[in-house]
Amino acid sequence: MSTATSAPSPAGPQGPGSSPRLRPVTVPPPLPPLSPRVGLRATARHSFAIARRNLLQVRNDPGQLLDSTLMPMIFTLIFLYVFGGAIWGGREGDYKQFLLPGIMVQTIMFASRATGFTLSMDFGSGVMDRFRALPIARSAVLSGRIIADVCRLLLGQVVMLTFALVIGFSVKTGVLQAIAAVGVVLLYGTALAWVSAFIGLMVKSPNTVQAVGFLWMIPLQFGSSMLVPTETMTPWLRAFAEANPTTLVTDACRNLLIGGPVAGPLAGSLAWCLGLMLIAVPLSIRQYRRR
Amino acid sequence: MTMGIQVERLEKHYGDHKAVNGVDLEVPVGTVLGLLGPNGAGKTTTVRMLATLIPPSGGRARVCGYDVATQPQQVRQLIGLTGQYAAVDQDISGRDNLYLIARLLDLPKKRAWARVDELLERFDLVEAGGKLAREYSGGMRRRLDLAASLIGNPRVIYLDEPTTGLDPRSRNALWDVVRDLVAEGSTVLLTTQYMEEAEALADSVVVMDQGMVIAKGTAAELRARVGGQTLRVKPMRPQDLMAVATTLARARLAGHVDHEAGLVQLPISGPNDLTIAVRAIAGSGLAVSGIDTSIPSLDEVFLTLTQKQRGGVEDTIQFWRIE
Repeated sequence: MSTATSAPSPAGPQGPGSSPRLRPVTVPPPLPPLSPRVGLRATARHSFAIARRNLLQVRNDPGQLLDSTLMPMIFTLIFLYVFGGAIWGGREGDYKQFLLPGIMVQTIMFASRATGFTLSMDFGSGVMDRFRALPIARSAVLSGRIIADVCRLLLGQVVMLTFALVIGFSVKTGVLQAIAAVGVVLLYGTALAWVSAFIGLMVKSPNTVQAVGFLWMIPLQFGSSMLVPTETMTPWLRAFAEANPTTLVTDACRNLLIGGPVAGPLAGSLAWCLGLMLIAVPLSIRQYRRR
Repeated sequence: MTMGIQVERLEKHYGDHKAVNGVDLEVPVGTVLGLLGPNGAGKTTTVRMLATLIPPSGGRARVCGYDVATQPQQVRQLIGLTGQYAAVDQDISGRDNLYLIARLLDLPKKRAWARVDELLERFDLVEAGGKLAREYSGGMRRRLDLAASLIGNPRVIYLDEPTTGLDPRSRNALWDVVRDLVAEGSTVLLTTQYMEEAEALADSVVVMDQGMVIAKGTAAELRARVGGQTLRVKPMRPQDLMAVATTLARARLAGHVDHEAGLVQLPISGPNDLTIAVRAIAGSGLAVSGIDTSIPSLDEVFLTLTQKQRGGVEDTIQFWRIE
């Protein structure tokens, strides 16, 4: 810091009624005209600057990625080798081929919870005050978060698909279909990340955000075709499972990878994802503005 | 005089509670205003309104002529904010923290890095620049926070209790930075609980308590409101304390005996009081180990103004002039 050359402290003999200190006043240059709004291009730039910051956080603490990489691998092994025999029974085909697309969806669902948690953490620190006192669009903080999280989700998918191939999963279609399969799962993850953002902005403490984010996903995960075929479920549950976006996304992903009808589940998945975002995006932005 | 900050009847209500209740402030460009008050006085709430973080419930506040309520985007282009709790991202490095803010302030990449290096240099953080902010000491974190708030060369800087919890060396270094900023023409609003800090930095002082302004003026003016000089006489032997008091009372002076401090204090109200007192003590032949005059410290002024005088009083004995 600069060396101390400042005025002597006036703590001493400055008696009552003495005049205020005199010092040369530097007159700042006249103010340029200030814009009342932030442009779209500037907002995009700001979003990427914040996304970079969020990704740096992950790079500095890669342990954050464990829940979207190592955990699904362990799940795969448990389901494949512990429950697999019981689940699959004497069915045709290979449970591995059925299960792994489901695990890809599960991976993205778990990973999407981090959006709300990290937003909640940001609000708990002083960083958010700094952002809000800057001349940037408020939405930039949210979109920066989502951009970084989509990168994180994509990384999880790449890791999972590689792991699947290593343990003997085989893609029965083609490269384009495989990319589309990852794409539809990623879209679902993005929609869920927005829901997670909304939860993160609604609930006050990061720990509660974690718990709520976990709870609402349980029926979505287990009441679906993610881990088991829906045919064996009781009728009411089966009805729920077949309308469940997780089922639609899993079926779309699965059929894109191992063959089967794609159009129906894909259309359903897209409708759900867009619908979820149509609701969660404006709600999150509104909630962000309120806080 | 052009105003950097102009606040009229500013209010903030939380339900029935008026955290800020009709505050008026004026800070001319290129000056420092010290906003003093105890915890809960409404200082931070005032700063948060001026920084566009929370909307005012009533009244009006302008920064360089821009209204914080209706023109927040313009205000944000003018201000730098350093909070009570350093607003740095703990999970990225000091450099990355500064670079993030530089990019959010629309500096092109190259210039952003150049500005980051310049500020790391200025705040003595070059070596620590690459370390995660969570590994910084409290003083380093405050410096990083202040550096972050200066990236955009703000016209108006809010320092919300910037030295709370800092050691004296870090505090002095921070004071020097504030003086440099003002010399460069910045307008500074400084909140603090320490009179010493306000006195060292502020051109004028506003004292707040319970959401209201209870006094304003220069540090010297505030002192004058509470009283002038005090004469303190400390006898060599503590048992002479009452004898000193009696001597002074006979000389028609009034004051009080502070047993705990082992001295007699009397306010100097007339032009001859000092001479009379010294002559009386000299004539009495009592041995004195110390005799001096003091101006009431700003902390005393502050305590008097906020009517929260604590302790000490019951240990003192008043004595009155013997006519």
